[in-house]
Amino acid sequence: MNSKNPTVRAVTLILFWVVVAIVLFYVLFPFYWALKTSFTGPSRMSSEALQWFPTHATWQNFRDVFAGQPFGRNLFNSVAVATGTVLLSLLLSLLAAYALGKFRFQGKSILMYVILAVSVFPQIAVLSGLYTMIQSFNLYNTWGGLILSYMIFTLPFTVWTLTAFVREIPTELEEAAYVDGASPLQTLFQVLLPVMTPALVTTGLLAFINAWNEYLFALTFTSDNTAKTVPVAIANFTGASQYENPFGQIMAASVIVTIPLIILVLVFQRNIVSGLTAGAVKG
Amino acid sequence: MTTTPTSTRPAARRTRGLQASRTRIALLLLVPMLLVLAAVAGYPLLRTIYLSFTEYNILQDAAPKWIGLGNYWFTTPEGVGLGVLQIPEWWQSVWNTVKFTLGSVVLETVLGLAFALIINSKIRGKGLLRTAILVPWAIPTVVSAQMWNWMYNDSFGIISQWGQKLGLLQTGESFLSNPDTALAALIAVDVWKTTPFMALLLLAGLQTIPSDMYEAADVDGAAPWTQFWRLTLPLLTPALLVALIFRTLDALRVFDMPFIVKGNAPETITMSIYARQEMILNSQFGFGSAISVLIFLIIMVFTAIYVTSLRVKFD
Repeated sequence: MNSKNPTVRAVTLILFWVVVAIVLFYVLFPFYWALKTSFTGPSRMSSEALQWFPTHATWQNFRDVFAGQPFGRNLFNSVAVATGTVLLSLLLSLLAAYALGKFRFQGKSILMYVILAVSVFPQIAVLSGLYTMIQSFNLYNTWGGLILSYMIFTLPFTVWTLTAFVREIPTELEEAAYVDGASPLQTLFQVLLPVMTPALVTTGLLAFINAWNEYLFALTFTSDNTAKTVPVAIANFTGASQYENPFGQIMAASVIVTIPLIILVLVFQRNIVSGLTAGAVKG
Repeated sequence: MTTTPTSTRPAARRTRGLQASRTRIALLLLVPMLLVLAAVAGYPLLRTIYLSFTEYNILQDAAPKWIGLGNYWFTTPEGVGLGVLQIPEWWQSVWNTVKFTLGSVVLETVLGLAFALIINSKIRGKGLLRTAILVPWAIPTVVSAQMWNWMYNDSFGIISQWGQKLGLLQTGESFLSNPDTALAALIAVDVWKTTPFMALLLLAGLQTIPSDMYEAADVDGAAPWTQFWRLTLPLLTPALLVALIFRTLDALRVFDMPFIVKGNAPETITMSIYARQEMILNSQFGFGSAISVLIFLIIMVFTAIYVTSLRVKFD
């Protein structure tokens, strides 16, 4: 692109835009295809499945998802579990991050190593132990069981990111509160918390997305729709009869759970990009 | 920590008292988080390790029965190997996982680097591109698995139609139903879903390279290709390593997507799917736990390599 020759520059520019167009197509096409399928009614599915545009767009699949399936209940379960997970892990990690970010004590780096180790725990490694524990506490097939088990992947992440953030807060703020006679908890909740709002929003959002998308624990620790979350429901969608192809409904359900996520991600994209990369690049 | 001058004893004692009480407060603040982490990670892990040394059918047995290393290696008097390490299905799942990991991580790195370079260039519309690549990342794994499942459908899938038109597939066949291409088809799904994450990590790395280095290279007359190999790539290596290891760890424990698309099919079964099949579907908690422990060991070896090779610092 440094060339002085206008023809070369034009050709490079066109080539570049062709590449950009290919990338855009690759990234967006599968989602477009799901969207298109979700607007194709069940009776036309076999004749129009391969058409690029829906000729008779209909909301039929979206209605069927809520009428024929317990999808509303699954959505409710997912919202409850993900919200519970975020609130609990933010509260626990806020306390821990204050200690790890602003206090000096022995064994701190060992503790950070342990938390890092937990963050790479394969979920499958604790599955049998968690399963027997959840059963003995009568948490099988409940929101509580899922929220508790989700701590294994949200907590290390939230502790880690919030600690990095607390460390950056100027110590003067805390010292001033101490001089004024504030207790540690007052300092945390009245002085540090307001400063931390952006970090809490980003961290909470990423934890929410992780909890919302979780599949293995939700599949293993639930048995029916009292606690079954959206990912399990979407993975197991069945038609009214075994010959009916429920892909229209699966795509409608997929679109319903994905659009809010895409909107959230687009609104908060700057925070998300910095949140993701801060955790990863700093190690 | 604090050096206490000997001349000011009372002040020193006060500092030490303050330090002690601060340590106590720090511990109190940490206790709730540590208790929860011990309950959901520490205890279940120890329990899994214990169960891996027992025979325990959760539906039939009242309690686990200690059998030592029997789940890992056990040969019956007739010469039949029953331990995990003697079972071909386990090695099949290991081999599948290794192929899946290598294929997806290499492709994601190359494509992710390409995306990152495009977004990092001084072209208009890069904001649009950066936003667009967030879409696959935002889509839940289960949803992306089902979206691709539909596109791979043997009679109604668009990708199967393309494959049939190009003569790669017979009529009514799909890349998923053919055991030779099923794993590659799954790798394609993973690449689509995860390349954006890779691109974002690498983009962050690219943006830390000072632009005056490129200006200096321009002055020296270095071609763009030379600049990439001699300047961009070496400076990007740390970010690249971190991203590579993150993705490798993720790919080694993969469960959701292959399970939703192909279930327990032998040609695509991964280590995690095999472990869950033995544990939950066959109720063999002892045997299944042994598989889990092996997966855990593999992951921990990789993590140890990561921590030591990158010299991660915490303070």
